[in-house]
Amino acid sequence: MAAIADAGIFVPVKASRGYWASVAHRLIRDPLAMTAAAIVLIIILAAIFAPWVAPADPYKASMIRRLRPVGTPGYLLGADELGRDMLSRLIYGGRLSIFMGVMPVLLAFGIGSGIGIFAGYVGGRINALLMRTIDIFFAFPSVLLAIALSGALGAGITNSIVSLTVVFTPQIARVAEAVTTQIRTRDYVEAARVSGAGPFTIVRVHVLGNVLGPIFVYATSLISVSMILASGLSFLGLGTKPPEPEWGLMLNTLRTAIYNQPLVAALPGLMIFITSLSFNIFSDGLRSAMDVKQ
Amino acid sequence: MSHIVDTMFPPEAEDRGGAATPLLAVNGLVKHFKAKNAVVRAVDGVDFHVAKGETLGIVGESGCGKSTIARLIMQIIAPDSGTLLFDGEPVGSAALPLGDFRKKVQMVFQDSYASLNPRMTVEDTIAFGPRVHGLSHKAAVTRAHDLLHRVGLEPSRFAGRYPHEISGGQRQRINIARGLSLEPRLLILDEAVSALDKSVEAQVLNLLLDLKDEFGLTYIFISHDLNVVRFMSDRVMVMYLGKVAEIGSSEPIFKKPRHPYTEALLASMPSMDPDNRTQEAPITGDPPNPINPPPGCRFHTRCKFVSAICANAEPVLHDVGGGQSAACHLANPQSGHPRLAAAA
Repeated sequence: MAAIADAGIFVPVKASRGYWASVAHRLIRDPLAMTAAAIVLIIILAAIFAPWVAPADPYKASMIRRLRPVGTPGYLLGADELGRDMLSRLIYGGRLSIFMGVMPVLLAFGIGSGIGIFAGYVGGRINALLMRTIDIFFAFPSVLLAIALSGALGAGITNSIVSLTVVFTPQIARVAEAVTTQIRTRDYVEAARVSGAGPFTIVRVHVLGNVLGPIFVYATSLISVSMILASGLSFLGLGTKPPEPEWGLMLNTLRTAIYNQPLVAALPGLMIFITSLSFNIFSDGLRSAMDVKQ
Repeated sequence: MSHIVDTMFPPEAEDRGGAATPLLAVNGLVKHFKAKNAVVRAVDGVDFHVAKGETLGIVGESGCGKSTIARLIMQIIAPDSGTLLFDGEPVGSAALPLGDFRKKVQMVFQDSYASLNPRMTVEDTIAFGPRVHGLSHKAAVTRAHDLLHRVGLEPSRFAGRYPHEISGGQRQRINIARGLSLEPRLLILDEAVSALDKSVEAQVLNLLLDLKDEFGLTYIFISHDLNVVRFMSDRVMVMYLGKVAEIGSSEPIFKKPRHPYTEALLASMPSMDPDNRTQEAPITGDPPNPINPPPGCRFHTRCKFVSAICANAEPVLHDVGGGQSAACHLANPQSGHPRLAAAA
């Protein structure tokens, strides 16, 4: 066996394009996905830099300027039922709305992937036990579950995030379990086991890289759902409390103005629509960029 | 033997049992899979051994238990009963823990694409096993490059590639390199060339023969292709429905098979001479269901020499001389098969 040594010359090798690099390459060439990404990026940046971007103070009410129409000088997108500048409130509102969209999904991605990958890799009875327990959550429609949990925990941002995380965790866990079960029986996982690697090494090196992608795509498609559910909770008074600007809550407080200023009243809904649609289009683009036969 | 000798595993006392001890001895191997309401007798009491330095070919129709045997030897699945002795030592015992055994026995899978992680470069795939067994990253990569060179792939061109960027034959060479990365003594080739086209298949077979000499390997060569098995093997084991039908040295078995099933298999090989082609199928139908195998000799439902005794008594492997054994009543003069009496 020593003969193997003499031919070895260490040659540094230029790696060819890795998987994620080629996904990024394909994604950049998808105009629709890139447009959606740009819209999401603009909204997020505007929300982050709201104090510099917003033309006015989103909390400053003015009773004489209530419900100004879109295009009023000084009130580019009109004023709400308390005379606050709509544009500024929409920009500030993005902070909470997007946070409420992303945070529960992020938490659920962490917890759900953990449960699902564990169940999928271990298999057998433990898998059955975990997945059947998770199935219980599917007995409730997600809106109802979110409302019930938020109602039980009490109103507030933290409680909304907790209840939305509970809603999304089973969904992500189920996808994670399905993908992992599929990967676990691949020959390369068996080859790794045959080479003497322990389960943690196999999961880290061979399973995670092949499983996290599809789970991540599924999770990004949940961001829009989470935003809409969070807005719904705020609308019902279970999420954010006034006078905090948040798109769902704004929709609620402006509903009385629907006959006087329909356009102004519809603006927060429009923002929810544009943002969640952009998230969805981007996640679709990501999926097809990852889907191409490698 | 130059500057990278330190990357090798510490030389260990190879060949502990001496030349006469088989490298691998399999005794009474049984594996039944539980289906819904039934038991699939995939491997049903199999004994054989593989001598040091030889190639044992395993042939049989699909579903006869060839691959299950490979997976049982590799400990990917646990046997219901039976023992494995590697160089005289029971696998999994204190003398030979599973981890050590896995370094010494490796496997090449049939599907060259499915057996490579699509997210890993060629060099990382080959270096993975040595890394698991404690080699430094640099040493493992150096070994990967050595092995790439050995299997005929230029490291500077192939090391950084991904599996989808290279051809099937190249991928199978990488699988072989990975199999060799732990410096095993026994390599199991489970239909390793079946998915390759004929010209590439020939190249890979020649590579396997070269590597065998170079590294002093022992092969278990599983295939349904009799020509390939004959080319590769010193000894052949013919399986039928989870049992050994016939086992022995390659040439006698191919020249004078003693089990009617082996005979039928050989007759089904396409002839290269069009004037000499087989007109009738030597064996018809599918093998019976392994869920409920026939009583007595498992082949009796398809055998042209069948008699009453075949359905009642199960033949055991009988030594017919020349290192050849067949599990057929006709091979055993004491069995009482009516054709034997007629011949005498």
